[in-house]
Amino acid sequence: MASSDTGATVTLRHPTVQPRAAQEDKPVKIDVERLSFYYGAKRALEDITVRMKSNLVTAFIGPSGCGKSTFLRTLNRMNDIIPATRVDGTVLIDGSNIYESGVDVVAVRRRVGMVFQKSNPFPKSIFENVAYGLRINRMTTSRSELEGRVEESLQQAALWDEVKDRLHESALAMSGGQQQRLCIARALAVKPDILLMDEPASALDPIATQRIEELIYDLKKTYTIVIVTHNMQQAARVSDYTAFFWLGKLVEYDRTDRIFTAPGEKLTEDYITGRFG
Amino acid sequence: MRSRELAFRLATGAFALALAVLVLAIGFELSRQSWLSIQKFGLQFWTTSRWDPVAGEFGALLFIWGTLYSSILALIISTPIALGIAVFISELSPARLRGPLMFLTELLAAIPSIVYGLWGIFVLVPVVRALEVKLGPFSDFPLFSGPPLGVGMLAAALILSVMVIPFSSSVAREVLKTVPQAQREAAYALGATRFEAIRAAMFFARTGIVGSVMLGFGRALGETMAVTMVIGNNPQVSASLFAPQYTMAAVIANEFTEAGDELYLSALVEIGLVLFIITLIVNGLSRGLIWMMGRQSAGRATA
Repeated sequence: MASSDTGATVTLRHPTVQPRAAQEDKPVKIDVERLSFYYGAKRALEDITVRMKSNLVTAFIGPSGCGKSTFLRTLNRMNDIIPATRVDGTVLIDGSNIYESGVDVVAVRRRVGMVFQKSNPFPKSIFENVAYGLRINRMTTSRSELEGRVEESLQQAALWDEVKDRLHESALAMSGGQQQRLCIARALAVKPDILLMDEPASALDPIATQRIEELIYDLKKTYTIVIVTHNMQQAARVSDYTAFFWLGKLVEYDRTDRIFTAPGEKLTEDYITGRFG
Repeated sequence: MRSRELAFRLATGAFALALAVLVLAIGFELSRQSWLSIQKFGLQFWTTSRWDPVAGEFGALLFIWGTLYSSILALIISTPIALGIAVFISELSPARLRGPLMFLTELLAAIPSIVYGLWGIFVLVPVVRALEVKLGPFSDFPLFSGPPLGVGMLAAALILSVMVIPFSSSVAREVLKTVPQAQREAAYALGATRFEAIRAAMFFARTGIVGSVMLGFGRALGETMAVTMVIGNNPQVSASLFAPQYTMAAVIANEFTEAGDELYLSALVEIGLVLFIITLIVNGLSRGLIWMMGRQSAGRATA
């Protein structure tokens, strides 16, 4: 299903999932069409069609096990490393299908950065953590360029002032919130266009969470951000669009203000008002 | 209920204590039995190479040399292979192959030492001899000097490597299994290839991997039977891989029953004491490394 004609209208199985007010005239960055995902024989995602726009924050919400994290991980082909999994459908990023045969997965992952639920710095210094992606991808040619890029990334992640005097100390000695911002800096260092965040604040205290949320707000000027969250208030605070997943299906996708004030689906309303999940 | 719990704690505590007592008792008994030799030779025992039961002159240096040389050589040969096996099983192997491979490496550990020795004599030694003949032109080089006998340091180190591989590779595999998947994913998410992601995992587990290698080293130091059968048992210090040499464990096994006088016997027991001390030090170091790794991951959890 490798189609390059992204402009063509696609017949939707779930017409309601189309954002009804797509008045934000930003270009489509990620265009997912009829994506299904299988763990062995079990179908974890069913026929997901969704378009995410450039320089906006899209939040995925839904109860545990609804497939939102799995879906996030299909956007940078992170599920490829899990054995016995299979993807159907297409994910177009800037118009080209990342699942097309012959696509360089390493290049995809460099363009689509990822931040995980639990901060996972390498047991190296702060500097080396940020430099890692630059080193393995041979993205800098001199030490000074490397240092400049590390500083720039730490600044983008609002961490520079806190760590500039201890760049060569272990990253593991930092607080949880700092570690998570370090992981963001590490992802930004390789200059992705898209940043995927899988419940980035779920292990953090409210103040560290707030810092991450402010950071997301700043980062969307430069990046397209997709965030999975358990926390509906968080989705409401940080995102422009929200997608609600339930049992591997995309139930509703719309502007965040509508999802939270006037959802189109009964299921969505039940979920956001806390009737289940 | 409370008294049963107390009894349980006391009993298990006693067992744990018994272990420490046992180690101390072995050290004490070895010292007591070798007292005559300790008194006569003192620290010189560690630094002289003369081993002359007839003249009553005993020094352990050449055996210490033989043991350390063969074990370090075995370590150099076995480490890349053992780590390769560990990485393949834990990171690359298809799930179906994993079980059989683990079983096979563990089977290698179950083969009795004497069987390895026989295999060494009949299979390995002729092969080593043929290799040594081929290397004849390089005999000016100190590593390859001496006649091509087959038996000697190289054969001993090779057989030790085969015996050590299952231990280091199993431990290294277990250590790699403890590396959080998140570490590999962090690398992949930054555009790492499979090789680079494995390197990141190995880096995370580095102290534990060093510990696994040290465990193998500890085993190589004490291995007796197979080494005795292929090393040539010639009391000399030589840098040559081809030279027949001697190890601490081998000399005890070979000469214990022949030790006629008390000083001879006492000197042999002191060699046992030296081996005991060196093994303790090596194991202590590897424990220390594993402890450091534990502390590191604890720091991770609380940070």
